[in-house]
Amino acid sequence: MVADYGCQARLLAGGTDLIVNMRCGRDRPSVVVDTKRVAELNQIKLSRTRLVVGASVSCRRIWEQPEITQRFPALIDSVTLIGGIPIQSRASVGGNLCNAAPSGDAIPSLIALRATAQICGPNDLREVPVEDFCSGAGENTLAKDEFLVSLTIPQPAQNSSTSFLRFTPRNEMDIAVVNAAANVTLSETKTTFLSARLAVGSVAPVPLFVEEAGKSLIGKSVCTANVVAAAEIAVAHARPIDDMRGTFSQRKQLTKVLTIRTLLKAIKRAGGTIDDV
Amino acid sequence: MARNHVTTTINGDPVEFLCDTEQTLLDVLRDELHLTGSKEGCASGDCGACSVTMDGRLVCACLVLAVETQGAEVETIEGMADGDRLHPLQQKFLDHAALQCGVCTPGFLVAAKSLLERNPDPTESEVRYWLAGNLCRCTGYDKIVRAVLDTAAEMRE
Repeated sequence: MVADYGCQARLLAGGTDLIVNMRCGRDRPSVVVDTKRVAELNQIKLSRTRLVVGASVSCRRIWEQPEITQRFPALIDSVTLIGGIPIQSRASVGGNLCNAAPSGDAIPSLIALRATAQICGPNDLREVPVEDFCSGAGENTLAKDEFLVSLTIPQPAQNSSTSFLRFTPRNEMDIAVVNAAANVTLSETKTTFLSARLAVGSVAPVPLFVEEAGKSLIGKSVCTANVVAAAEIAVAHARPIDDMRGTFSQRKQLTKVLTIRTLLKAIKRAGGTIDDV
Repeated sequence: MARNHVTTTINGDPVEFLCDTEQTLLDVLRDELHLTGSKEGCASGDCGACSVTMDGRLVCACLVLAVETQGAEVETIEGMADGDRLHPLQQKFLDHAALQCGVCTPGFLVAAKSLLERNPDPTESEVRYWLAGNLCRCTGYDKIVRAVLDTAAEMRE
């Protein structure tokens, strides 16, 4: 149907963007396809090695599963912060990604968690890492006749954990001024970084995967100085704008504070300690 | 285009209706089924005045297309009282004067009921977070939160 109707068709997952846009006349699709009726797009598959989340699965169905909280905490940090409860009951992580807002609260966590997107076209299925999915503010790399089927997150390594934080002026129900997610894997003694991934949102047209910041930690000892040095790399990559939610300099400063804090939170969750804090 | 024929369950009763694809559940509840307890505040999912539950999960009726309720179980504010007997939450809202103009009240009641079904012993902070999707411009929230906590305490007895 997507191929037949092309840009006239819209896929409905949670509807928290589409229905609002239809109502105010910004979007006038001739066909609406409810993807929640497609089994593959509406399933959660949790195995020992990975988590597969169908593109239409709501935030709430994710946080209702305690095992996901335990194994993929950054994802839970995100889906419990997106809107209030009625929005979480409907809004999907897949929709958050496809909507490709620079501030999308699920996207940094997906990047940190090494998620990949499974995409279906008229003839084949392809897969891209989530960090390559968004192409601009509100734009993604899906072709007109393609749609997102699912997101696959590999089981994090031993002695690792993940975390997501965002800054908003209010406690709840707001759009991130800056958000950031971290994934750290520590050595058995939890004193050295084996690997790390860092992603920052709302500081560029797309959520940023700051690969260099994570790489800078490999083999380094788990201490504040190294965490701060990694955060400085994220700050150097951030290229935010001034807008109603925050200024360039505020966002630069927030990038530093949030990346430090989210790294520390991930380290703590992985069982690591930082003595000099 | 032909209208859609939808078969659903509302407050335990089987219901059939015809709707256009772009009509929301809120449009159908209010305009076709004359269940006007759910209010339209913002029509964009920000205010929670149209809160209902669909298959046990709290949603904004303005952000659900009516056709999506095919085969679903919908609960609205009209299903809350048992005939003339108010639900304990409704009674506590009156006792605590947890409403002034009343437009947000049906949404708060439906949302609070879904909280207490999931968590019969919520903390104040849990109540405030659960109800963060419901806006009230009159009460300042304090009386609402107290009414919910008081109901929870009474229902646990």
